[in-house]
Parts: sequence; structure tokens; C-alpha cells
Amino acid sequence: MRARNYFVGAAFALLAAGMGHSAVAEDIKIGEINSYSLLPSFTEPYRKGWQLAVEEINASGGINGKKLVVVSKDDGGKPADAQTAANELVSSEGVAMLTGTFLSNIGLAVSDFANQKKVFFLAAEPLTDAVTWAKGNKYTFRLRPSNYMQAAMLVEAASKLPAKRWATIAPNYEYGQSAVAVFKKLMSEKRPDIQWVDEQWPPQGKIDAGPVVQAVAQANPEAILNVTFGPDLVKLVREGNTRGLFKGREVVSFLTGEPEYLDPLKDETPEGWIVTGYPWYSIKTPEHDAFLKAYQAKYNDYPRLGSIVGYQTIKAAAAILTKAGSTDTDKMIAAAEGLSMPSPFGEITFRKIDHQSTLGAFVGKTAQKDGKGVMVDSSYKKGADYLPSDAEVEKLRPKD
Amino acid sequence: MAFYVVQFLTGLASAASLFLVASGLSIIFGVTRIVNFAHGAFYMIGAYIAFTLTERFSGAFGFWGGVVAAALAVALIGVLVEMVLLRRIYHAPELFQLLGTFGLTLMVEDLVVLIWGPDDLVGRRAPGFKGAVDFFGQNIPSYDLFLIVLGPVVLGILWLLFQRTRWGVLVRAATQDRDMVAALGVNQKWLFTSVFAVGVFLAALGGALQIPRDAVHHAMDLRIIVEVFVVVVIGGLGSIVGAFVAAVLVSELNAFGILIFPKISIILVFLVMAVVLIVRPWGLFGKPEAAARKTPGLTVNPWRPLTSNERLASLAALVIAAMLPLFAGNYALTVGSEIAIFVIFAVSLHFLMSVGGLASFGHAAYFGLGAYGVAFLAKMAGLPMIVCLLLGPLLGCMGAAVFGFFAVQLSGVYFAMLTLAFAQIVWSIAFQWVSVTGGDNGILGVWPASWAASPSHFYWLALGVAALVTIALRIAVFSPFGYALRATRDSVLRSEAVGINAKRIQWTAFVIAGTTAGIGGALFAYLKGSVFPDNLGISLSVDALVMVLLGGVETVSGGVVGAIVYKALNIWLVSQTDLSKLVLGGFIVLIVVVFPKGIVGMLEILAQRRRKSSPPGSSLLAKPIESAE
Repeated sequence: MRARNYFVGAAFALLAAGMGHSAVAEDIKIGEINSYSLLPSFTEPYRKGWQLAVEEINASGGINGKKLVVVSKDDGGKPADAQTAANELVSSEGVAMLTGTFLSNIGLAVSDFANQKKVFFLAAEPLTDAVTWAKGNKYTFRLRPSNYMQAAMLVEAASKLPAKRWATIAPNYEYGQSAVAVFKKLMSEKRPDIQWVDEQWPPQGKIDAGPVVQAVAQANPEAILNVTFGPDLVKLVREGNTRGLFKGREVVSFLTGEPEYLDPLKDETPEGWIVTGYPWYSIKTPEHDAFLKAYQAKYNDYPRLGSIVGYQTIKAAAAILTKAGSTDTDKMIAAAEGLSMPSPFGEITFRKIDHQSTLGAFVGKTAQKDGKGVMVDSSYKKGADYLPSDAEVEKLRPKD
Repeated sequence: MAFYVVQFLTGLASAASLFLVASGLSIIFGVTRIVNFAHGAFYMIGAYIAFTLTERFSGAFGFWGGVVAAALAVALIGVLVEMVLLRRIYHAPELFQLLGTFGLTLMVEDLVVLIWGPDDLVGRRAPGFKGAVDFFGQNIPSYDLFLIVLGPVVLGILWLLFQRTRWGVLVRAATQDRDMVAALGVNQKWLFTSVFAVGVFLAALGGALQIPRDAVHHAMDLRIIVEVFVVVVIGGLGSIVGAFVAAVLVSELNAFGILIFPKISIILVFLVMAVVLIVRPWGLFGKPEAAARKTPGLTVNPWRPLTSNERLASLAALVIAAMLPLFAGNYALTVGSEIAIFVIFAVSLHFLMSVGGLASFGHAAYFGLGAYGVAFLAKMAGLPMIVCLLLGPLLGCMGAAVFGFFAVQLSGVYFAMLTLAFAQIVWSIAFQWVSVTGGDNGILGVWPASWAASPSHFYWLALGVAALVTIALRIAVFSPFGYALRATRDSVLRSEAVGINAKRIQWTAFVIAGTTAGIGGALFAYLKGSVFPDNLGISLSVDALVMVLLGGVETVSGGVVGAIVYKALNIWLVSQTDLSKLVLGGFIVLIVVVFPKGIVGMLEILAQRRRKSSPPGSSLLAKPIESAE
């Protein structure tokens, strides 16, 4: 039985799954789906984050007096399984809304499911721009800053670099492809003098780092854009360090400053990369202090970015439910559009125009401190400042 | 020029680690004929244990000692696995061992996260090999040079072991003809155990040596296992030299391929394998397999159609299944639809595998093509659902016709690997051709028309199609065509001697199976409302294999029962536990040990026993499952 889920009695779940009965009337249930078994390094802190949020919400009176319950499912990294889980949550658990997901294709699959079944869906992590733009729909909202927003934040710093010859290394799937495409487009707009001299597309999770590093070095770029993360990043950094690829070259890198990806690098952390990430040790705001204290008190561990995403997803869901005063889907959508709320990163708003939250990200530089990777000179970039104009967004998004 | 030399050396270094793992797999397969799916898991455990040991004991001795100790420790685990699990199932039907090792792999993936935690681990650099060597302005990591030397050294040691020791002679003899080795009085038990230990040792060593280059994490096994299979097959099964040459070939093509086509590494090994197998059906250094000495009729119980009572019972079961919407909720109905669709999928593979004796490792290709067929017709041509359902599977049919033509020229594991290569090629087209297929973001919004939209209606549709397909394939099994197909399975030589055109019969069976899988895929697209490259992926192909093997490959109803049990269990476990892989893997291993002939196979044996001990007639009440008489 589910060892760490304190929220559903196993016997109850069994009964519900078999008979299709709905929830206990007094509680408000939220369905949560993520790739727990595929991506434990992100999802374990993520789970801790949302469990903390549930605890806090219920300790302060729940949602308009009702207890909040989160029912969590694993999708194993497969869109089809995510839909099975979504269906179980909606049809037999009777959840008020769906939340979660990490991979872009799973986020899109659940968003399409939500659109078809007219269910509220708050996407937590999937980064693809399609979730809120090309394939956006009125039932889907997203928390994390999208690919476009993170690219725009990085371009702001990257365009100030003197480098003119750029190479890219990105995993060969939608996330990597669209990250590179947006970065190139925004970068070339600001700096028409830039040349793109090489691109490498290693398969996600299967990078053969030696030849890739060698090939990039051969093109002799002045700067490199990296989009790989996780074990691929480790291999790339190790080969790059040994072969001197990063020596004398600027590197701009997506997500590398997130503790999930930065911490494993330890004393091999390259210095001076411009990255997006989460420097939890150097954020000094009252909102973040409160979150950090509560998190460390509960888990005796430091938060990862996943912790923030999990925490804020459930906090946002609760805020939406509280304002709507109902679990009716249309009322929740109306409540969510334009809703502002506090977060550990400061106030955020779910935009009415495309249902994207204005949660931002930290941009800084990597450095080593006591044999560990850290982000220095970091500053918080508000999401609202890195989105295209409303007119452009309207062109990108299909009419509801 | 220096650049090309360095790129070549880098390729050689990649080849070395691939070779270590592949040689282990090759030896194990050569002697025991086990398709060891758990080989990647042993590689991964090797890396994890080596990580722990090298973190604890520092210094040069600590590192190199830790690496070797880790490989030895994993070899011990391998011995344990061989003695406790595999020894019990050597006599099970071909490929059944795959199921056991697949279960093990699932368990290991959850276990390493439980033991070592979810974070990626980065181990130490090798003492003495931390830096790089300057080669005309290009840097070569000294550890790469170490690996480049290590590869041929291991090859040499293995060669000596096989050519100059008695054990090696026995291993080579068993690879060539293990029945004869047994007949000559060699203790096969210990030969198999020792071979398995050596193979696992090599895999774990390969994993442990990755520590200075790679991150240790819970998905390392899947990352390497398929590639290693490919290398072994390109080189020729059981050939160590072949594995070495193939590893070098693949790594070098990759190292230079990315200079011209940066996106090629996603598919390269499969392209190479497909070309090699079409040109040289037994791999570069492989020899044709000796004709099997199995006696048809002894290994497989003769099949018979259902008796009229059994037909009534099956019909009753179908009627009961059709009444599900009366008392089950929407979720149960959707799961029911999914199971029905997987029954279609499993039955189609079963037709190819059990009736035709052709085990496809890439059957999901035709399932996925059916799904994409529907998605194209519905989204681009805007055709109504019923037309899409009828025409969509044709894409699966066409795919099967093209690929099947090449695949049926081969047999056994080579056939399996060629189907895998084709499936991966189709997958990568779906994955890469973003403008048409949407890439990995898939095609969304393929929802059923209003008449089939409600879960109960869709359930009836899926159940009805599944029943029709199952009946149609059963009729085919007992038709003259089915007899001819079974003849080619049992003995190609004899069937050709009586005038059966084996290749054409097998090709036809391949097309039938592919089309049927396409029907399943078409329904699946509407069930999920979307199509993703996952629908063509390896894991779905493996699921289909597992279903057939679980049900019983030597039975007529194995596909149906296996699909129901596996899919229901899978969905339920994933929903109920965080450790679904551990539990599901454990369950599969248990089934493998308890039911070495699959669920239906075991029930048949039980029914047979009961019939012998009880007066005739009572057995008519037995379940509507194929009996062995």
C-alpha cells in the first residue's frame, strides 16, 4: 500500500476504484499526478513540498472550513498512464481539480483530457509553451515559468556578452528543441551580429558526452547554450571539464542552478555559467524565510526547486478553491483568472489572457563553495516582465 | 586532422564500456540461450555498489579495489539469481526466462532508489586518470586512454579463457551445441552458473568503470540494455570478437555521425542493426544457428478448438463482461476498455508468437501505427470516427507488410531484434517529424464521436471488437492456414518438404498480426484522445511480450488471459502503491517460478491432472480455457 500517502485510506481507495463512488462529502479533494517513479530526484522534494502545503492549509482552517485532501498518483512518465490516473481521480475519487505533471507531453495529455472532460487542471511543472499558448485551453492553468519566459530571462543576460559565435547543446526532444528555438529567436532579435556555428542534439538520457564535447569544441564557439539536465548534464560537465571545452568560453544554461541538478556536480561544478535556478541559501525575503523554516523544521532537509513547485501548486489550488467558494469548474476558472496570491518568491498572478502564472525564476552564475556548487550574484526575475505582449499572446493562443 | 584522431579515440573509449557489458550478455546468451533482460540492472547495481565503496575507501587502492570488489559482489548476486530463479525455468518455453529477468529489472529499479535515495550520484574520478593528455592542441581524457587499452585487454583475457582453459572449451562447445555437451556428461548446472557469473561480472565491471564519467542513477539500466542487445546482435550472438567489433562500429559511427547529422544518435544503432541483419542475417561474426533438435508434439501439446461447453462458458464470460456497465462506475469502465484493447494487442502478438513461432520485440510499432493512422485521418482529413476506425489500422497493415517482408527472412532472436530495429525506426520518425506527428508532444484531441463518447458505450465497442478479433484469430488458428503456420513453426524443413511456402505463410501471419495490433491501436487513440510516440515505444512492445508469456506461450488462450491479468494488475498497482515496480516485478518473478508454463499453461496442467483422477464428464465444468488434450 501507499507508504507515504497519509491522505487516503487504502481500503477506501480500493472501494472507490471498484465501485466508482465519490468522495466523502465534507472534504475537498484535489487530484495530483506526477512522474514519481521515473523522476524521483525531482518528485521526492516535490511531494514533500505539497505535503507541507496541505498541512499548513488544514492547520489554518482548511478551505472555507473544509478539510483539503490531496490524492496523488504516479504516471510512470507515460502520457497514456497519466490519462488513466486522471480518469481515476475524476471519475472515482471525485476530485475537484487536477494538478501536477512534470514532462511536457504528459502536461499536454492531461490538459487535453481536462479540456475534453471539462475539469480544472493546474499544471505544475511542464515547461512547453504549448500548454498555455498553441494548445492552451480554458480549463488549463500553469504555475512554472514557461520555456519562453526562462529563455527571455537568460537572453537578457546572454545578449550582454561580447560573444558572437554560439553553439547549442540540447536534448533531442520537444523541451530541448523549443528551448533552443526560442533562445535563438530572442537572441538574434537583440543581437543580429550573432552566428550559430554548431548544434548538438544528444538523445535525452543517452548523451555520448565525449564525441559531443569534441564536436562542439571543433566548431570553436565563443559561447555555448546548454539545455541538458540531470545525468546528461553530469556527463557533459565532466567531459567538458576534462577536455577544456568550457575554458575561456561563456556558457548559458537552462535549469542548471536548480539544486536537483547543481548539487550532484559537487567539486566539478563549472564556474561562471549563467543559469536559471533556485539559490535557496541566498534568498532573503520574509516569504521565503517562512517557507524555508517550515520546510526544514518538518523534513530536516533543504528544499529543492521541486519543493517550491509542489508547495506553491497546492497553495495556488487552495487559493483558487477558497476564492471560488465552490468546486464548480466554471466558478473555479472565473476565480483563478487574474487571481493574485503570495508565494515563497513573492506575489504571483494567474493571467487572465493565457492562464500562465507570473511566478518567476532566479538568474545567476554558478560557482564553487567548499566543494559544492552554488549560485552567486543571483537576482529574481519576475515572470510578468518576460512575457510577450498581449497582442502577440492572443495570436498564439486558440480562442476558447 | 588531430581532431579526427581524437574523435576516433573518443569513440574507442565509448566502445570499451559498451563492449564490457555486451560481451557478458553475449556469453550468457550463447551458452544458456537466456535473453537476459536484467543485464542492464546488473550493470546499474555494479555502478551503485562501486559508488558506495569508492566513497568509503579513498586512495588508489580504495578506488580500484572498490571497482573490482563491486563487480565481484554483483557477480555473487548473479549467482544467487541464477540458482534461485533461472535454474527453475531453463526448461520453460523459449523466451520465458525473459519474463523472469524483466521482473527482476523492475524490482531493481525501485530497490536502488530505496537504498541509495532519489538523487543522482556523482562518484570520484579515477586516481591517476583525472586529467587530460594534450594531443596537438586537442585534449584526450587520460581515463579514456585507460578505457581504450582496457577494451582489447579484456577481449584478450576472454579469448585466452575460451581458447586455453577447459572451462572455455566447454563454454564454446555449449554455445555450439548444448544438448551434445549435456549428452557427453558435462554438469550443465555448474557450467551455466559459472557462465552467468562471468557475464554478470563483466556487466557490473562495465557499470563500476562508468563512475568517473557518468552519474549513477536509477535509470542507467534502461539506458544501456537496448543498446547492448543491439551490439550483441550486430556482432553475432555468442561471438566475443563480434561484440567488440560491433561496439567499435557503433561508437565510431556515432562519434562521426553527429558531425554531419547531429540528431542521428537517437536512431543510429537501430539503422546499423537493420542494415546488418538484412545483409548478414546472423550478425557480422555469428554463425547460423544449428537446427533445433526439439521434437514437435512433445514440447507443445496439440491444440484443439473449444468444445461446445467451453464455447458456452466463454460466451457466458463475455455476457458477464458486457454487463459490467450495469454495476460499475465510469473509471472501472474505462479501465475495462483499456484492458479490452490490450487483449486485442496481446492476441495479435500471440498469433505471431505462439502460432507462428515468431517472437516480435517491436510489435508496438503496428499498434502505434494504427493509432497514428486514426489520428491523421481524424485530425487532418477530419473523417468521422467509424471511418477512422476502419481505415486507421491500414497504416499498421502497411507497416507490417513492408517490415514483415524483411523480418520473416530471419528467425529466432535475429527476427526479434530486426522487428525491434524497425519499431525503433518508426518510433524515431514519429518522434522527430515534428511538423507532421507533433513529435513527443503528440497529436491531441482525437476524441470519440458522441455515439461512443460515454464510457459504457466505448466499453461495449472495445469489448465487442476484442471479442470479434479473438474469435477471428482463433478461427484462423484452426483453419488450414493456421495449420500451415504451425507447421512452419514446428519444422521449417518438413513444412517446406510438403510444399508449404514458409516465408509467404509467415509474412501473411505477420501482416495479420500487425493489422490486428493496428485495430487495437486505433481504439486506443480514441480511448486516450491522443497519440504519442510512446504508443510505438519499446516499453509497450515489452508489455505485449510480457502479457503473452504470462498467459502462456504454448497455449491458445494465453494472450487473452495474460493481457487481462497483467494490465489489470499494472493499473491497480500503479494506483495503489508508490513501489509499483517493486511489487509488479516481484509478482512477475513469483509467477515465473510458480507457473513456468504461464498462467493458462499451468491451469491446463492442473485440469489435466484433475481429469485423470476424476471420472470423465466432471471436467466439462472446467474453465473455458484451452485444455492440453
